[in-house]
Amino acid sequence: MKFLRDTWLVFQRQMQLLLRNPVWVAVGIIQPLFYLLLFAPLMKKALSGGQPISDELAYQIFVPGMLVMVALFSAFSGFGIIAELRAGVIERNRVTPVSRVALLLGRSLRDVVQLLFQAVLVTLLAVPFGLRVAVGDALLAYLLIGLMTLLLSSTGYALGLTLRSEDAMAPMLNTVIQPIMLLAGIFLPLTLAPAWLQNVAKANPFKWATDGVRALFAGHPGDDAVWQALAVLTPLTVLALLISSRTFAKSVR
Amino acid sequence: MIIETSGLRKSFRSRAGRESKTVEAVRGVDLSVAEGEIFGFLGPNGAGKTTTLRMLATLLEPDGGTAVIAGADLRKEPGEVRRRIGYVAQGGSTWDESTGREELVLHARMYGIGKADAQRRAAEALDTFELAEYADRRCKTYSGGQRRRVDIALGIIHSPKVVFLDEPTTGLDPQSRAHMWGEVRKLREMGMTVFLTTHYLDEADALCDRLAIMDNGQIVAEGTPADLKQEVLGDVVSVNAREVAKAADLFDNAEYVRKVETTEQSLRLYVEDGASAIPHVLRTLDAEGVAIEGIELHRPSLDDVFLAKTGRSLRES
Repeated sequence: MKFLRDTWLVFQRQMQLLLRNPVWVAVGIIQPLFYLLLFAPLMKKALSGGQPISDELAYQIFVPGMLVMVALFSAFSGFGIIAELRAGVIERNRVTPVSRVALLLGRSLRDVVQLLFQAVLVTLLAVPFGLRVAVGDALLAYLLIGLMTLLLSSTGYALGLTLRSEDAMAPMLNTVIQPIMLLAGIFLPLTLAPAWLQNVAKANPFKWATDGVRALFAGHPGDDAVWQALAVLTPLTVLALLISSRTFAKSVR
Repeated sequence: MIIETSGLRKSFRSRAGRESKTVEAVRGVDLSVAEGEIFGFLGPNGAGKTTTLRMLATLLEPDGGTAVIAGADLRKEPGEVRRRIGYVAQGGSTWDESTGREELVLHARMYGIGKADAQRRAAEALDTFELAEYADRRCKTYSGGQRRRVDIALGIIHSPKVVFLDEPTTGLDPQSRAHMWGEVRKLREMGMTVFLTTHYLDEADALCDRLAIMDNGQIVAEGTPADLKQEVLGDVVSVNAREVAKAADLFDNAEYVRKVETTEQSLRLYVEDGASAIPHVLRTLDAEGVAIEGIELHRPSLDDVFLAKTGRSLRES
């Protein structure tokens, strides 16, 4: 009970600060918006080898990629915790008997709420372009990227607490996120890739996530890709939460 | 005793280039702090003051030794220690985008205090520390002194028995410093035991009921500021007289004089207690007809104590 109360306390505080500075929510969707406006039209042709495909189909392929991209960015959560570390806020929390796991989970849940808001916004903005998706399918897709966010943001916090410096964190994240993004097939489906690349991509859990979200946006909730995405993400998320909360508890003893 | 430690130790591994070496930051600290006093740790930067404080505040795990704080064992029940103490870090603890009131309410709630009670406590603390006017402004708009007062208010929001203040006045202008001394005394009046670190001699002297002087990870002296100064050197009575040599002879066998030094025009008498020695000195000189041109009582400073104990001056280190 104390754990739940503490998590709620941390979550509330983080939400309050987020709402006070909503510009960050906007910044988070600017990049996918650029892609929707400036890249998606071009992809329509590329996808079909010169023959234009329908807007609906193009956006059903493209929007899921954008959602996964936004979710991948939640690994940047670590920068926030470094700032809090520097301000002495984390140390102030540490001298109280507050649950250490709650300090992590409250923050990660804030990230999930922020991401879901952005995801809904990106989806809605794609509707005028021709996107069509069933509400139930979209909700399931949001569950998948919500899991992804939980996984990545908690990992980001653990990294930030371990590295303790933006200068160490930035190159590291860029180096890791870049190939993950490319190998997740978020711009173009990996079915277009040569066999060796497809095989490498299979090792990337977020490739499975992209496939799952795409299947849902295509209106196939029964597709294998959906349960596969869940099966890949769920244990990873649990593992990340366990490892991160241990790091948190250790460095925030 | 509200704080009792024995043999508290902590070492860090530090890396200089390829070589990694062990630095013994705190090497066996034995302390007792009585309830309701302002206890100070005086020492140069790097003496191990902050490390000791952080161990006592459960932020660092000691390598060895024991400590009991407000009746809770530091090693066995750190959670219980946390409930009974407050800690104010050196570098501040407030978030730019939050208001002072929000910080106080949240912090109180992290101690398990209910919402209504937390709000009441926050309002009280804001009044006590003269922050009510700025309570609902964001912390980034506060002055250094205001921010420091929020830090202190945060440290005591749950009415702890002991509050640890790490360098409470470092970085404050002289006026805010004097104000802060008042706040620290207020904590004592509220019934709390205050444990602070400082590297300011005047602060240790003016503020602390008792002191431990720390150097190189160890306590080199402990006592009230007055005792410490007396124990080491006593007071100095310097007498200006024409016949210095003759006058000096008069005190060779005086039992209240520890040591006699002479310079060309003055005689320096090291005595235990200057105030009671002066009448004796005057009487002795008068009886022998030595004319006095001036007499002065000089009390040693804490820096003299530090010098006597470590061979270095605190001002220089």
